[in-house]
Amino acid sequence: MLEVRGLTKSFGGLKAVSDASLDVAEGAIVGLLGPNGAGKTTCFTMIAGFTRADAGSVRFLGQDITGLEPHRICALGMIRTFQIVQPFAGLSVQENIAVGAYLHHHDRRDAMRVARDIGRRLGMGTMLDRPASALTIAGRKRLELARALATGAKLLLLDEVMAGLIPAEVSEIVGIIRQIRDDGHTFLLIEHVMQAVMSLAETAYVLNHGRMIAHGRPRDLVKDQAVIEAYLGHGAAARLQQEAGHA
Amino acid sequence: MLEVSGIRAGYGSMAVLQGIDMQIAAGEIIALLGSNGVGKTTLNNVISGFIRPTAGTVRFEGEVITGLPPRDIVAMGIAQVPEGRRIFPNLSVRENLRLGAFRRASANVRHNFERMCTIFPRLRERLDQLAGTLSGGEQQMLAIGRGLMSDPKLLILDEPSLGLSPIMVEEMFALITQINADGVAVLLVEQNVMQSLGIARRAYVLEQGRFVMQGDAAGLLADPKLRQAYLGL
Repeated sequence: MLEVRGLTKSFGGLKAVSDASLDVAEGAIVGLLGPNGAGKTTCFTMIAGFTRADAGSVRFLGQDITGLEPHRICALGMIRTFQIVQPFAGLSVQENIAVGAYLHHHDRRDAMRVARDIGRRLGMGTMLDRPASALTIAGRKRLELARALATGAKLLLLDEVMAGLIPAEVSEIVGIIRQIRDDGHTFLLIEHVMQAVMSLAETAYVLNHGRMIAHGRPRDLVKDQAVIEAYLGHGAAARLQQEAGHA
Repeated sequence: MLEVSGIRAGYGSMAVLQGIDMQIAAGEIIALLGSNGVGKTTLNNVISGFIRPTAGTVRFEGEVITGLPPRDIVAMGIAQVPEGRRIFPNLSVRENLRLGAFRRASANVRHNFERMCTIFPRLRERLDQLAGTLSGGEQQMLAIGRGLMSDPKLLILDEPSLGLSPIMVEEMFALITQINADGVAVLLVEQNVMQSLGIARRAYVLEQGRFVMQGDAAGLLADPKLRQAYLGL
């Protein structure tokens, strides 16, 4: 569904991403891992059209979309979310979700209906009329996901939607994402909450200093020495190996 | 060292904290746990002077600090590293750090600056870079470094591991232990329940504006009620 080849991007003298490639098959949940500053979000911005790559290509559903603008890519069915979620604070939760729905539903009533349905599916049914500013972090993260879904996108690039959630809230979002996938969506996710990566992603890529250093099943990656050194640390790796062993 | 008694606070007609009592002794690490939206940040902001409580008092080293402006509270030795980094994006890393010593410890600014560069080598590499161009994890390090620049006696950390890679989270917890070993008391708000209870001496669990559990961290970690509510186990 998504084929990324040789993406490269420099900021000034700093090579943020060099020669990064990845594939996401339709219906998959794929993780993109890596230390802070490794270039994960920069990859997202290039894939979704927010910044232009210095080199490399992005193909989506068989079409070369390299260099297309974000709204065109979104109309084709791919969207990204943002780490720092910034809802329209003065609008209600439902209106915020509707902002995404307007892409394919130009009638306000239509868009609001789509927004309501999606809000309910994401467990936000009781919050639809509340101002988005009243949401907690967990709520805002969910809203970000809802707004992305409302665009009708089939491939969602989620940038740290679990950050700031307590473990019980993480479990809830994991369940929601799995359900959305079963409804016919595909995910590429940047995530540090390994509890979520381990239970959601079938495969994951690991980026370090802008280069892909590993690719494989999460349960194998937690044993990969390069990944442990660069990203997981020995303590977390040991815990995750143990948990994977129990699973 | 810090004594919070009978604190009530809220926003407009919405009551968030409904009678909070809490003590922190010098040199302790205290974990403050609870789901999103229960009032943890509100409590931090009452202690730091950003929110005026409707009832109750906060004492620091015997003095009532309720109602003092945040700048005076920082000068007394309480520094907060707020949730969401809140660094100055259009200032350099160096400038952000120096601002941490604006109200306190300005005489030690050179020494503390050097110390921050040792603790956070990534920041040393980027001293002249605009803080807004740092990665999320680097911004978090900068926010903590800025807090430490005031040589606080009590450091309030609101979700310091937010958005950090597992290895950085581990380093962050090691760092908090190290800061604490240097004599700084720490009030730690974290979503990493297990790891916070691992380094804290005591913990408080906030629900609907009240503490519903408190005590020895090891004891809470073993409590089935806590495990079910926060770990989903």
